[in-house]
Amino acid sequence: MTWDQGLHKATTILNGDQGTRELTYLEAIRAALRYEMQRDRRVLIMGEDIGVYGGAFKVTQGLIEEFGEDRVIDTPMTELAMLYAAIGMSFEGFVPVVEMQFADFISTGFDAIVQFAATNHFRWRQPVPITVRAPGGGGLRAGPFHSQSNEAWFVHTPGLKVVAPATPADAYGLLLSAIRDPNPVIYYETKYLYRSLKGMVPEGDAPVPIGQAALRRSGEELSIIAYGAMVQEALSAATELEREGHSVEVLDLRTLKPLDEAAILATARKTGKVLIVHEANRTCGVGSEVAAIIAESAFEYLDGPITRLAAPDTPVPYSPPLEDAYRPNAAKILKAARELLAY
Amino acid sequence: MKDIDDDLLQQAHYWMRLTRALDDRGTFLHKQSKIVGGYFSQIGHEALSVAAALNLGPGDIIAPMHRDLGAYLVRGLTPRRILAQWLGRETGVTRGRDANLHGMGDLSLGIIGFISHLPASTGVIAGVAHGIKLKGEPRVAMCFFGDGSASQGLAHEAMNWASVFKLPMIIICENNQYAYSTPLSRQMAIEHIAQRAAGYNMPGVIVDGNDFGAVYLAVKEAVARARAGGGPTFIECKTMRMRGHAIHDNMAYVPKELLLEWEARDPIMRIEAELRARGLLDDEKLANLLARIEAELDEAQAFAEASPYPDPATLTDGVYA
Repeated sequence: MTWDQGLHKATTILNGDQGTRELTYLEAIRAALRYEMQRDRRVLIMGEDIGVYGGAFKVTQGLIEEFGEDRVIDTPMTELAMLYAAIGMSFEGFVPVVEMQFADFISTGFDAIVQFAATNHFRWRQPVPITVRAPGGGGLRAGPFHSQSNEAWFVHTPGLKVVAPATPADAYGLLLSAIRDPNPVIYYETKYLYRSLKGMVPEGDAPVPIGQAALRRSGEELSIIAYGAMVQEALSAATELEREGHSVEVLDLRTLKPLDEAAILATARKTGKVLIVHEANRTCGVGSEVAAIIAESAFEYLDGPITRLAAPDTPVPYSPPLEDAYRPNAAKILKAARELLAY
Repeated sequence: MKDIDDDLLQQAHYWMRLTRALDDRGTFLHKQSKIVGGYFSQIGHEALSVAAALNLGPGDIIAPMHRDLGAYLVRGLTPRRILAQWLGRETGVTRGRDANLHGMGDLSLGIIGFISHLPASTGVIAGVAHGIKLKGEPRVAMCFFGDGSASQGLAHEAMNWASVFKLPMIIICENNQYAYSTPLSRQMAIEHIAQRAAGYNMPGVIVDGNDFGAVYLAVKEAVARARAGGGPTFIECKTMRMRGHAIHDNMAYVPKELLLEWEARDPIMRIEAELRARGLLDDEKLANLLARIEAELDEAQAFAEASPYPDPATLTDGVYA
């Protein structure tokens, strides 16, 4: 039998829909990797310390035992070669999932993603079906180089897709979709949620489509548009605002590229007031694009200024009072929301 | 070249002459403003690119760069598609999306399209070789880069990767003395780039890149080693860039004596001297060969010039697969 015999009809559904289970955000990522690796022999994972050690955060724990070292590849400390190698493996028919130990380190592999992978199909029509897992975000007192939210670098780059799940179910479903997508997908997972957030996750084949936002809470007076770790913060703020008598909508973008423009415009047109929240710093962040989309296409529906709540334009600081000042949270969202509601 | 048999030598001669004739045509079309943007001369690189590619079989994968026109031709990319690419036509390899020799990839021919960020292809080829190894197939992958990109971190990362995983990979380093205007002495503090191979525990071979036979035999050994599971080989081909970096560059920075020295070592002159010594070539045979090549290129150019430009309405096509 050749290595990939029968694999091109590799959409075998292993478990079908067998209900749900409660998983942490981290466990949901591992479950998705495992499911895809069971489903499709072409899928392999690579990264630093991901095999024998199980990953810096233990996301890949147990996978090398189950799938072997040819499919769970411990690599040298070399993000650039790793990402280029993933591209080359994809040309051989493999579907590599590359773990950046921290999203911060993705910059050392930048060329492979933005110059090669992102342009390849446009240039000579050869798809690059790789997924790059980027554990991002702060709140863990990890300092400037283990806390970054650098997704905007890739959102600006044609040819890439960027997703940022906020729930265990989406962490599972979006990773399935990212791995199956024929394009390079940057998958921003939120370290802050790894073990702090649990939720029901479908079993088996439950991909979440790339490009679709999710309305997490329906409301009438204000829309909070967020993604990643900020979705939970926005939901906490919305609950508090409800106690104060306000009806607030929360839209979880889920995919940052391509943005779900229809969902963004629908919520803006519905409430007329929009607060955009992200953990990444402000200038030319994802919020800038969301604001521009609303300004261009929902201007006449607006009852207040499109407002952004983002981190300031500084590196991510280490010391707790500084990081707390840096990072948006439910309290800051509440304050900004109250001001906008009163506008 | 003594160890190369007659058939192979004649075959190589055809590919090298085709390469030079197509390159001359490229220069001419650029002067006519039919090729816009940049154009990169191939003169001096014909032997090494042809010799490297002639060692490969149909299942092998190659990632040439902008001075490896010979390798593209040997792999089966036709002058029609190449000229259409240079003229920015829809029938070109990248349908007008990428420029000159960039991006001329076609996996059905085992060719990966390179990007300007040399030596990006070293990393990609390491991945291809890695994939081949995981499948356990007796194929090889080959990349090309130059003295300039030898200074890039990725060259190190990719060689290290290839060696750690003992991949079936052949690394062709075209040391043509200059990276744009920067001479080798400003690029590195060693005499031979192949010295670095020792640092990766892989064989490092130095050959005269203008000698078809020398390159062919060195690559042959490396390919055999890679196919047999012996891991990667680094081959430094010493050559000289005989024109500027791109067509606009008069390379006033290159000493005249250096060019004269290398002109006397022209790869085509040398293979033809060998063919004549063996009685396989004379003036008439050469004239016939060149006429055949010109006719082939006339036809290819006519095809390219008759081909449509890409429709601007298709601009956003293909950004995503």
